[in-house]
Amino acid sequence: MIRAKRGLLTMILPLALVLPGCATTMPGDPLEHYNRSMLGFNDAVDRVALQPLAMTYREVVPDVVQTGVYNFFGNLGDIWTAVNNLLQGKVAHGVQDIMRVVVNTTFGIGGLIDISSQAGMEKHYQDFGTTLGVWGVPSGPFVMLPVLGPSTLRDTAALPLDWEGDVWMQVNPKSLRYSGYMLRTVDMRASLLDASGLLEDAALDRYAFVRDGFMQRRASKIERSKEE
Amino acid sequence: MKILNKLAVLVVAATGFVATGTVGAQQQDPQELVKRISEEVLETAKQDKGIQGGNQRRVLEVVEEKILPHVDFERMTQLAAARYWNQASPEQKKQLVTEFRSLLVYTYSGAISQIRDQRLQFRPMLGNPAEGEVEVRSQVLQARGEPIQLNYRLEKSGDSWKIYDMNVLGAWLVETYKGNFASEISKGGVDGLIKTLTERNQKLAENAQRGKGS
Repeated sequence: MIRAKRGLLTMILPLALVLPGCATTMPGDPLEHYNRSMLGFNDAVDRVALQPLAMTYREVVPDVVQTGVYNFFGNLGDIWTAVNNLLQGKVAHGVQDIMRVVVNTTFGIGGLIDISSQAGMEKHYQDFGTTLGVWGVPSGPFVMLPVLGPSTLRDTAALPLDWEGDVWMQVNPKSLRYSGYMLRTVDMRASLLDASGLLEDAALDRYAFVRDGFMQRRASKIERSKEE
Repeated sequence: MKILNKLAVLVVAATGFVATGTVGAQQQDPQELVKRISEEVLETAKQDKGIQGGNQRRVLEVVEEKILPHVDFERMTQLAAARYWNQASPEQKKQLVTEFRSLLVYTYSGAISQIRDQRLQFRPMLGNPAEGEVEVRSQVLQARGEPIQLNYRLEKSGDSWKIYDMNVLGAWLVETYKGNFASEISKGGVDGLIKTLTERNQKLAENAQRGKGS
């Protein structure tokens, strides 16, 4: 587990070093050069591996099973969401998140069925990056992470804690842990197949489109979290 | 898998536009307008055999008929072009609006083809209708995942309200296109942007002719 995290960290950390010396094309995007090549890399990984897997998954796996996979990992994620809502001082949300986990884990057969949403208990999504934002930490520049995709410097710094808070990270043996992550990733990609086609159509400069959309959404997420 | 999350969001955003439709030109409450249009488009998309079967031309017809009358594309284009708008000649402005409009229509059509089991919910709107400018706020509830926030900025022109911007999951369409427009214009001027838009639209038109999705 530790090694996996270090592996990713070593890929991410050089960013911090590159940061000051980077050529600026767009104000507010000092890492643009690096980010664009990383987007190219991510696209290549997607084309060769992730997208074909996701297409097969969508064709072959029954819908009920796909929903079960999504709900199962979503339920585990709600635990970290609850922690972050509490850290942000949103006790009502945090308590509701915990209720969701309890209800879905018991009545929803280990989280396979999202009974809580059906009962009107809305799903929230929070991570430690948002929590830092609510606490007043500025986002810093846009960062395109290898494989993980769009992020900010602040959110990247928050990642190790997000991994720590990811319950699935504690699963043993490793083979089961990594198979689980693989399944989660493919399921997520499968649900985005139509959407990624649309983005392809809509964007003139896909990098700038993704960046500007992401930065706005992230800021708005934090604003909303503060208001809640 | 944040990437995917974010990508998804953007794309689903397009679905947002789905939520605009047709009503008479009579004077009315902007929120009611958006509500009525959205529900009509959702219903049509869910029931129309042609749309469900992936018939692109049928989708384009629905967009043309139900959504377009309520969108102020000129304002939208002007806002996205920002400071470059005044550098464009009247002829260039006209072309920009036409091409940007086509691009958005193709994108929204793609989004509409993907409507399945979504439901809509409205939150109280922001702003005072008496001042001629409001933000209507809705959420799309889906079988899977968080609700998708979908807001619209509307402006009153004459007796009717027109949509001139929409927000998907926190990102405004105009703001997101601003950077794209600026980088195309800095590369090849206003004509460069028009050319890029035209080429993209031709490609999308060919896809639609073949009846393929996006």
